Amino acid sequence: MIDTALFYVFALMTLGGGILCITRRNAVHAAIWLIASLMGVAGLFLLQRAEFLFAVQIVLYIGGIMVLFLFVIMLINLDTAAAERQYSGQWKLALGAVVLAGGEIAWVMARGLPGLGAAAAVQDGGEGGSDGNVERLADLLFSEYLLPFEIVSILLLAAIVGSVFLARRRTS
Amino acid sequence: MLHPVGTGHYLVLSLALLLVGILGVLTRRNLVIVLMSVELILNAVNINLIAFSKHTGNLAGQVFAIFVITLAVAEAAVGLGLLIALFRNRETTSADEVNLLRW
Repeated sequence: MIDTALFYVFALMTLGGGILCITRRNAVHAAIWLIASLMGVAGLFLLQRAEFLFAVQIVLYIGGIMVLFLFVIMLINLDTAAAERQYSGQWKLALGAVVLAGGEIAWVMARGLPGLGAAAAVQDGGEGGSDGNVERLADLLFSEYLLPFEIVSILLLAAIVGSVFLARRRTS
Repeated sequence: MLHPVGTGHYLVLSLALLLVGILGVLTRRNLVIVLMSVELILNAVNINLIAFSKHTGNLAGQVFAIFVITLAVAEAAVGLGLLIALFRNRETTSADEVNLLRW
């Protein structure tokens, strides 16, 4: 009951924040609404018993990525961009893509929905054992998914080196 | 009264967020907001992964959500680095004025 109410609150935060984010003229306002949206997603993670991802979402997304975004917004002067035309006018292409992607996914979901609807209420499978979410996630991450984990680490290193290389001032 | 929420609710929400993100990527001219829309799309993917992880009782979905978040960090870092380089060279952040490779 309270879970259902909370789901709708967080869903409203997520969707409303997302829609306001892509319609704001000022990039700082868009970033603030994106933070609201990400908070909503974090709440949804908590409702789904993904406590570790909830913490990661707050710390990494809202604390890390959004600060990076705000930093870049402050660094590059966006006053001129806010005064310009905001939309590229590609409405036909955009609506076509939205209808295509939405229709396709909605069709697939409608076919599978009897098994996914509220009636087949989510069973608490995999919740066995006394270990918490973080312990079981760590077990899985460092045993079965160790190789992808290492690959992602190398990718992060490459991204750091790449972004430093791209953003540095050329002195020649 | 309010019906209990199932996996389907999360999937519909995730689909809606994905479509909002696609709309943002395709229609906005400000490249900073385009990058933010990409973050929205990646969050829609994460909602989906967590919903199915809960539905099947398999934690692999949460592991992959961690990977997706890591990729989002890498994408944001490189994207914003590109944006700063672009602003330094062309004094703009508008997607319409980035046309050096256009024919």
